[in-house]
Amino acid sequence: MTANEAHFDYVLRLADDGLILSQRLGEWCGHAPALETDLSLTNIALDLIGQATLFLSYAGEMEGKGRDADKLAFHRDVTKYRNCLLVEQPNGDFGRTIARQFIFSTYQYALYQQLSSSTDRRLAEIAAKALKETTYHAELAAEWVVRLGDGTEESNRRLKDGFEWCWRFVEELFVTEPGDAALVSAGIAVDAAKLRPAFDAVLAATFAEATLPLPKFPRPVTGGRKGHHSEHLGHLLAEMQFLPRAYPDAVW
Amino acid sequence: MDVLSHVPDPEIPVVSVVDLGIVRDVRENPPSVVITTTYSGCPATQVIQSDIRKALDDAAFADVKIEVALSPPWTSDWITEDGRKKLHDYGIAPPPKGIGAPGLKNAQAATCPRCGSIKTREISRFGSTPCKALWQCETCREPFDRFKCH
Ligand SMILES: [Zn+2]
Repeated sequence: MTANEAHFDYVLRLADDGLILSQRLGEWCGHAPALETDLSLTNIALDLIGQATLFLSYAGEMEGKGRDADKLAFHRDVTKYRNCLLVEQPNGDFGRTIARQFIFSTYQYALYQQLSSSTDRRLAEIAAKALKETTYHAELAAEWVVRLGDGTEESNRRLKDGFEWCWRFVEELFVTEPGDAALVSAGIAVDAAKLRPAFDAVLAATFAEATLPLPKFPRPVTGGRKGHHSEHLGHLLAEMQFLPRAYPDAVW
Repeated sequence: MDVLSHVPDPEIPVVSVVDLGIVRDVRENPPSVVITTTYSGCPATQVIQSDIRKALDDAAFADVKIEVALSPPWTSDWITEDGRKKLHDYGIAPPPKGIGAPGLKNAQAATCPRCGSIKTREISRFGSTPCKALWQCETCREPFDRFKCH
């Protein structure tokens, strides 16, 4: 992998996490337990689409093959997607969705904090803007973790189940890929492993307030960053990409 | 700038794109308008660009470039005093100034734009557009939008 390819791959990862999670969150539209949560989940989705668009546009420019954000989103096959496995998992119930959101937004908040001082000016600018949005997401998810965890017996059980399901995908968020070392030492990319202490601290504080036990460690699953996805992503993309692929010239 | 101050925000038409601090700069040489977006995913971004283009065309400013700047990121502190007043009169509580983005958990209570009471509570962190939250006044019982501090 050349330096430029590694850089492109890194930006794709940033983009795909948000893009895929926003598609998942969009599935809640009209189905969330209350209007308030419906608005929250879809607004988070909207922020994530916006961030993904900024990252994808940049990736396309960097690649220099004339692919814009839409082309990269709609005309890229499943094995070329670089998102983590956590975000492609089906929503499950509201408890699992909140568990996933809390894990992801807490991670993304720590990531953007560091990335906003990247030596890659474009990445730093996108991260600084996105950080303000992710602050809201992380806060909202943490509030729901406390509310469900410290709620009824059933909400506590469902949230706990949700965390147990999601926990196998946490490890991948903090894994460094082979091409990353050079990017990290150039100050472009964030060293993912270094984000772990901040993540763990928020987790411990929130779980204590939510009266939840820390999840046990099932065997971690990784591979998303290399394009080895679960079957769920293929189905998600089939729905997301159908229209632009079936009608390539379709416009609003 | 004068032309742009008549371009309404597509989602909150009582305020202009200048009131909201979306227009960052107007340059003469070469002629260009620099705008920014409030939220990365704000669906109004494209509409705002075409509205500005139309306003420029109508005022016979043909060769003006519209640039979108990411940095520094938009903050609700950029909403003008005039814009804040217009929001308030329209029934939207303007955002508190100078608090900065993070730490919203402890943000001070909104003032009810209807009766002026500060006995208000947040109903939903996210409202009808990305930039607004839903609040309710405990005194007059009316729900209202609050422009989020961002
Ligand atoms: Zn009132």
